[in-house]
Amino acid sequence: MKKYFAVFRIRFINALQYRAAALAGMATQFAWGFMEIFAFAAFYRANPDAFPMEFSQTVSYIWMQQAFLALFMMWFWEHDIAASITEGGIAYEMVRPVDLYGRWFCQASANRLARTALRCAPILIVAFIVPEPYKMALPPNAEQLFLFLLSAMLALGVVIAFSILMYISLFYTLSTTGVRIIAAVLSDFLAGGVIPLPFFPEPIRAVAEILPFAAMQNMPLRIYGGNIAGTDALAGIILQIFWLVALLLAGRFLMARALKKVIVQGG
Amino acid sequence: MIVLEKINKTFRVAKRQAGFGRAVKALFSREYEIIHALSDVSFTIRDGEMVGYIGPNGAGKSTTIKIMCGILTPDSGACDIDGRTPWRERTAHVRDIGVVFGQRSQLWWDVPIIDSFELIRDIYKVDGKIFKDNLNELTELLELRELLKTPARTLSLGQRMRCEIAASLLHNPKILFLDEPTIGLDAVSKIAVRQFIKKLNAKRGTTVILTTHDMNDIEALTERILLIGKGRILLDGSLDELKKRSSERKTLIVEYSGNAPALCEKMTLSESKEGRLVISLDPADLSVSDAIARLAEQTELTDVSVSGVTSEEMVAALYKEYSI
Repeated sequence: MKKYFAVFRIRFINALQYRAAALAGMATQFAWGFMEIFAFAAFYRANPDAFPMEFSQTVSYIWMQQAFLALFMMWFWEHDIAASITEGGIAYEMVRPVDLYGRWFCQASANRLARTALRCAPILIVAFIVPEPYKMALPPNAEQLFLFLLSAMLALGVVIAFSILMYISLFYTLSTTGVRIIAAVLSDFLAGGVIPLPFFPEPIRAVAEILPFAAMQNMPLRIYGGNIAGTDALAGIILQIFWLVALLLAGRFLMARALKKVIVQGG
Repeated sequence: MIVLEKINKTFRVAKRQAGFGRAVKALFSREYEIIHALSDVSFTIRDGEMVGYIGPNGAGKSTTIKIMCGILTPDSGACDIDGRTPWRERTAHVRDIGVVFGQRSQLWWDVPIIDSFELIRDIYKVDGKIFKDNLNELTELLELRELLKTPARTLSLGQRMRCEIAASLLHNPKILFLDEPTIGLDAVSKIAVRQFIKKLNAKRGTTVILTTHDMNDIEALTERILLIGKGRILLDGSLDELKKRSSERKTLIVEYSGNAPALCEKMTLSESKEGRLVISLDPADLSVSDAIARLAEQTELTDVSVSGVTSEEMVAALYKEYSI
């Protein structure tokens, strides 16, 4: 276990070095968050009853999404892993007495957590002090907060397990652009990254709610605001556990297969 | 003990001619070429041996190293390293080996070297005291004290390579694979690295397998040479034996003042400059002392030096002989 923690630690330290990137990211997320909230505010003014989520829930959803962007966004790619496959640095990772899947998992979670740690505090502080309709609310009760934390952890696991499938595909394609764009667009949209899932038209929504993408940011963000509560929240968490286990198993199986015929690139 | 028996490995490589038209055509139908990277490669290396693995570019050196490290699975053949098959028991196997891939880096780019070393300590579960002793010893021998707190990205190639070598030895490996460890190093760093490897072998009895294109590395380090070409082991022997096999020709470099001496037909002129001649001769036809005497009769010699075939020339001759 210690060795995985060591990988986590060094990746965390490594990611903490990029202060300028964190500042730029924060600026983008403020701008984006305000823009989205203003757009939704305009829609809600037209007819507040036409929407499936209360305005305050939508506002919290957007602020939490911006604060924890680095945690849940699929396009947040672990470049070190991708480069190690396409450029052959993986040779060094394979001469270590470490399970490669576990190592990647730790590395990716450390990177996401480090970047989130750098960015989330200022966004959360501002989101809590802006004036009323745009202000972020606390979760309705302590139970909901606990469910949110649990769901957020599972969502991170699902996001990473899914992205590892993308990395494994690189053993065959060697080009990061293709999978990256497809995965980013698809999962961003279906995980509620563009608009929350309740805003989807009914038949599409019903399907989207059970896909692995629904087990990503969709779940914790909606639990936080109270849009999903009580037994619904528990059902949601069970869905997340299901997808996490399924993706982990698929990833391990495919990785074992890929490593058997891996060709280290570049001499 | 390392035993390889009839290892074969082929790669399928997509090929196409240059040009736009061909590139478009390759979108629909690809031509593949099967490359036999290794054909029936067999050899045995005893514990504590230092072996130089040489051959021209693309001969299969790195492929063999990768198979012995457990990274590549061969198509057929057996490989036994201390009782294990590397690619089947990779995790257990790699605990006992150290590897330096000269063209890659195992150090984290943006953090101080010591952080990378500590990660390696945790990954291999190196005992705290052993790690400390090893680190001190390596720091001393490879002169790393100044470098440990520096991020890898700010190091020069030679400094980084010294850190890479240290990194692959922190866990006391029994076997050390060095894939072009002196590539791109300056003369001082090369000598430092060579001396270090020699000491390591003498002191800890570490088995060292070294691939390189620098024949001075081989000359300084290894007793035994394996020559590979086009995926086959062509020669397995000591450096001296190999030198004897190749031509016995001597090279004579003379400096003179005065008139240029005339050469007899048994001397071949390979270079001539005002006041300096480089002559090649076969001692069977004309002895070195006779040659010098004959030149000295004609002019005033200011300096004479005689040398045999260099390793570099010998290897070039071998590559030629086997047309690889």
